[in-house]
Amino acid sequence: MTKKKHKEEVLFNFNGGWDYSPSPESTGHVKLKERYDLYIDGKFVAPNSGKYFPTTNPATEKVLAQVAHADESDVDKAVKAARKAYENVWSKLSAKERGKYIYRIARLMQEKARELAVVETLDAGKTIRESRDVDVPLACNHFFYYAGWADKLAYAFPNRTVSSLGVAGQIIPWNFPLLMAAWKIAPALAAGNTVVLKPAETTPLTAMLLAEIIHESGLPAGVVNILTGYGDTGAAIVNHPDINKIAFTGSTQVGKIIQKAVAGTGKKLTLELGGKSANILFEDAPIDQAVEGIVNGIFFNQGHVCCAGSRLFVQESVAEEVIQKLKDRLDTLYVGDPLDKNTDIGAINSREQLDTIRKYIKIGKDEGASMYESSCEIPKTGYFVRPTLFTDVAQSSRIAQEEIFGPVLTIQTFRTIDEVIQKANNSPYGLAAGVWTDKGSRIFNMTSKLRAGVIWANTYNKFDPTSPFGGYKESGFGREGGLQGLGAYLRMENGELQN
Amino acid sequence: MNRNKTFKQIPDFKLSPTVDKVGVEERVARFQTRSIKNESKVQGLKMVLNMIDLTTLEGKDTPGKVRQLCYKAQHLHDLQEGLPTVAAVCVYPTMVAEAKKALGDSGIKVASVSTAFPSGQSTREIKLLDTQFAVDNGADEIDMVISRGKFLAGDYNFVFDEIAAIKEVCGKARLKVIFETGELASLDQVRRASDIAMYAGADFIKTSTGKIQPAATMQVTYTMLCAIRDFYRKTGVKVGMKPAGGISSSKLALHNLVMVKETLGNEWLNNEWFRFGASSLANDVLMQLVKQETGHYQSADYFSID
Repeated sequence: MTKKKHKEEVLFNFNGGWDYSPSPESTGHVKLKERYDLYIDGKFVAPNSGKYFPTTNPATEKVLAQVAHADESDVDKAVKAARKAYENVWSKLSAKERGKYIYRIARLMQEKARELAVVETLDAGKTIRESRDVDVPLACNHFFYYAGWADKLAYAFPNRTVSSLGVAGQIIPWNFPLLMAAWKIAPALAAGNTVVLKPAETTPLTAMLLAEIIHESGLPAGVVNILTGYGDTGAAIVNHPDINKIAFTGSTQVGKIIQKAVAGTGKKLTLELGGKSANILFEDAPIDQAVEGIVNGIFFNQGHVCCAGSRLFVQESVAEEVIQKLKDRLDTLYVGDPLDKNTDIGAINSREQLDTIRKYIKIGKDEGASMYESSCEIPKTGYFVRPTLFTDVAQSSRIAQEEIFGPVLTIQTFRTIDEVIQKANNSPYGLAAGVWTDKGSRIFNMTSKLRAGVIWANTYNKFDPTSPFGGYKESGFGREGGLQGLGAYLRMENGELQN
Repeated sequence: MNRNKTFKQIPDFKLSPTVDKVGVEERVARFQTRSIKNESKVQGLKMVLNMIDLTTLEGKDTPGKVRQLCYKAQHLHDLQEGLPTVAAVCVYPTMVAEAKKALGDSGIKVASVSTAFPSGQSTREIKLLDTQFAVDNGADEIDMVISRGKFLAGDYNFVFDEIAAIKEVCGKARLKVIFETGELASLDQVRRASDIAMYAGADFIKTSTGKIQPAATMQVTYTMLCAIRDFYRKTGVKVGMKPAGGISSSKLALHNLVMVKETLGNEWLNNEWFRFGASSLANDVLMQLVKQETGHYQSADYFSID
């Protein structure tokens, strides 16, 4: 973790000197299987096709395990199991009993938190600090939170009579594998539905550990089915005629395909898609904390965050100072072994994503933007990118328009409030935004004018199960989390709850 | 080492940067997740020992007590080889001569509190005499307190002028300016006090007297480190940092070093630019160092109390 000096007149020397010894989290307590099967109808079964695919550790490029590739016939089997469980067991169970199962899953996840965190880090490349302190605790909290709603559905939506939907098909991305599974499964179960869930092909392992936990919890067979596979598996779920609800988190491109596929089928749909969120810094902001928030906003989880604050707008009067501080801060970030407890930025999730990020860095350079990358050394094997800043960027630059989904920040300056609101909203996306100012009235002004589903004031990337999350425009529709997230899994009489 | 640079432009201290407490707490929590193990732990602990201002500031201090403390400063734990000495011994002005004599040519500095420590409730004349007395008795460093009453009343010019006046009396002695952050109440005020002190000539800025709680919380120290960083960036002048009071465990001390390293870089990781004001920290660090070598924690009775 030694670092090279960068040239400045006044130099802060963050390199070498007193360095942190390697501090890797132990993996001794984790025993991965060689092969993971599908979880259908309460049993772990081989895929009908007999096909398996490897899942690798992006930090070492080594294969971790073989994972079953579910095809259409496996999906059909899972949906039938889910339907049977819904009709015969889950919808007949008292709400209080349903809640008990969800609580039990949450507690078992907590008991196995360390194992889940390590496997998440191995499979996804994210740092152990984040798996341990963010992903796993938040995933547990989603189950705890929604367990509480299970027996209070009748009181959750005043003047509405609610009922469950049936079978929910859920497709989740690779950036927060376990957490996204929790976001999807917990409200679906609390609302009384059964589930067929497909994790992403690059990160299937924690979903399979969750299947083991669910199995151990004694949840009735077929209530939760977990199928691993590629896009074709997801398509089979989306197109299955006996599914009542599709919930998808992933790219806008795939989201559009799904929306077309379910049009006219009567399937309820929520989409949580991409983003190019604006982080807006005014001159009166607490600058040092804002710089932290910007760093957290874009470099959290290697920038693989749909709501990443990837477009920074800085008021011109403080731009020079802020950019200088960002550069200094970049040089204190440790990039490397995701299992090391001191690593700040881990591995890029896959070779494919690494190529995408490199492509955009090249586009940025070709567009004439000024690039600054941290001076840290990065490991020779595995998929790594240095945290990168681009200045001299315009609204018309592609790197400021398109979602990069990596540790790359574009920086633009602004002069007036109206200008920055206009620029922030000038995007096909509308997932999140951040506002940094010491002035309370300005925060409220901004939050009412920015078209984004989530707006953070003087912080960024804060998540809580009680708080709804979702986007405007091409960032999708529907909300996950909170009461709104519960409503997305319920049929409402006397008018449907608007997503 | 001590600076006598004055600045042509002094900023309006009413406009000192604002500080967001929640953000600071979050940043500090990140420092505390750093895992310091093995070689870096041993190296860090030795650095901590070498940065300590071993302190006795009591009404009941006597030359005898000070002599014992000075012996401890030079012989932290003779059973353990390769240990550094502490940076300085910190005493009241009346004990400076005794400490100076006891420390001889050990290289350990004598720091003296002054300016009607700890309340600072006295006249300018008395504060100057108090400081002059300490300097005349051979103090290498002066730890002054600011007039918190004047500061909280918004009389920043008074506070500035007082620091500048004391700095003049210090001569070759380095000046540490104590804010008593436990009385300033907010991080915005800590930041403002830091800016005033640095522009007025402080060689070090220091959190607390040790007489008021809370004292050197990581939040306060971090805010001051940020002020030092900005000041260095603007003026090219380095200022030292001394958290004092409340740091009694090795773990907390190491997390303070992490904070210094990641905020100001390696140049500040030595006792010329960073000190711990502490009386009980040294023995905990010694206990940890012995444990690193032997694999066992020893009873507190194996470490001398002076």
